[in-house]
Amino acid sequence: MTYDVEEMLNTMTAELRKQLDARGAVDPLMIGIHSGGVWVAERLHQLLQLQGPLGKLDISFYRDDFTRIGLNPAVRPSHLPFTVDGRHIILVDDVLYTGRTIRAALNEIFDYGRPDSVILAVLVDRGGRELPIQADVAGASMSLSAHEQVKLSGPTPLALSVKQTP
Amino acid sequence: MPRNIQLDEQGRLRHFLSIEGLKRSVLVDILDLAESFSGVTEQTIKKVPLLRGKTIVNLFFEASTRTRVTFELAAKRLSADVLNVNINASSTVKGETLLDTLQNLEAMHCDMFVVRHADSGAAQFIAEHVLPHVHVINAGDGRHAHPTQAMLDMFTIRRVKGEFAPLTVAIVGDVLHSRVARSQINALTTLGVNEVRVIAPKTLLPKEVETLGVHVYHDLRQGLRDVDVVIALRLQHERMQGAMLPSEHEYFQLYGITQEKLALAKPDVTIMHPGPINRGVEIASEVADGPRSVILQQVTHGIAVRMAVMAMAMGSTPLEKNA
Repeated sequence: MTYDVEEMLNTMTAELRKQLDARGAVDPLMIGIHSGGVWVAERLHQLLQLQGPLGKLDISFYRDDFTRIGLNPAVRPSHLPFTVDGRHIILVDDVLYTGRTIRAALNEIFDYGRPDSVILAVLVDRGGRELPIQADVAGASMSLSAHEQVKLSGPTPLALSVKQTP
Repeated sequence: MPRNIQLDEQGRLRHFLSIEGLKRSVLVDILDLAESFSGVTEQTIKKVPLLRGKTIVNLFFEASTRTRVTFELAAKRLSADVLNVNINASSTVKGETLLDTLQNLEAMHCDMFVVRHADSGAAQFIAEHVLPHVHVINAGDGRHAHPTQAMLDMFTIRRVKGEFAPLTVAIVGDVLHSRVARSQINALTTLGVNEVRVIAPKTLLPKEVETLGVHVYHDLRQGLRDVDVVIALRLQHERMQGAMLPSEHEYFQLYGITQEKLALAKPDVTIMHPGPINRGVEIASEVADGPRSVILQQVTHGIAVRMAVMAMAMGSTPLEKNA
């Protein structure tokens, strides 16, 4: 099965506009989670014609499985080139699964300051949440088993695939 | 060849005792990770929760302010709990052996020892005797090694110069008594710099220093010609035994880094010093405080580099079988 990522991005853009308006969130900031979330965020940032710079988050230092699997050696520096205090944040990731990445990302963002609000936008909500965290905006919702994996390749072009894992 | 005690079965860093025996990829991982950790200082809350609930013991058998403080700050930025144990003032006076002390600390469920000791090999000895889940970082042992200092120097060089391959680095001064110099030479050659020079009088060079892969100069002016980086070493009064030098004044005349002598180096030469500085002995104040000096940046970088080493070692903790 093929997925129309462009169409999904357009849907997300329209939905984000609606929700930002409803909240009265003016001049929001966007933060993407490395690496797939940054790719999606780069596109959404463009489509929404946001003014501020794009923030990038690597949540490796905030993961909850450090004592089990150690540190990811490919960790990159997080870079939030703005003050988050009192701002509306659009947090972007490619895939929402257990919710643990988002938990880590929220903790990291709050170590930079206190935003007024955070909206979570994901390209795919694949089901299988383990924490009470859900997407405000999703390009697609699926209900996948633990043996299936959503893979986003990019950054250009962005392409989605679902693979069986052993 | 016996397995390097510093690495676990998967080749991950378990202890950090010496640069020797570590591959370039491990050193580059440390530098890359330190780069990521340096961003933590941009946060309002300058802390990451990585080592929350872990206890790190600074086990200092030898006085040190800056090294202990930066290790402590690094551990705290990783959210670990830190215990500073000054052994001179503690149990050795009461006749407790090193292993007794260690076992007592382990019984308090400590996860990492940061060890500084006047004897070469002390950190290695401790690493050989700790429980499997305990990690050891060498914060300087005798004349042997000071690997985190060497890595923060490498981090500083990479930040300033970008890459190692084209560089000529001169290490000037008391190489004989310097554990820092040994670790620096190992790190520089492992990271593949073009040339490492040591510049010192014969009396301040270890025997067969050439076997470390360096070029030896006894004349400062000759040695400084066209170098990219100059690392001045502290003249270690406290380690000097006997009259190896005529006088500090004469040493400064011959081996002190001055603006005038630096004119022989590359115009964009970078000046480094592991500290603490003896002004007017191994380096002139105008150079130490001058525009080419990165001495204070070295101190800042020490925090991120030590965070990286601690996180890497602690991240290799073996899983309990039934976990």
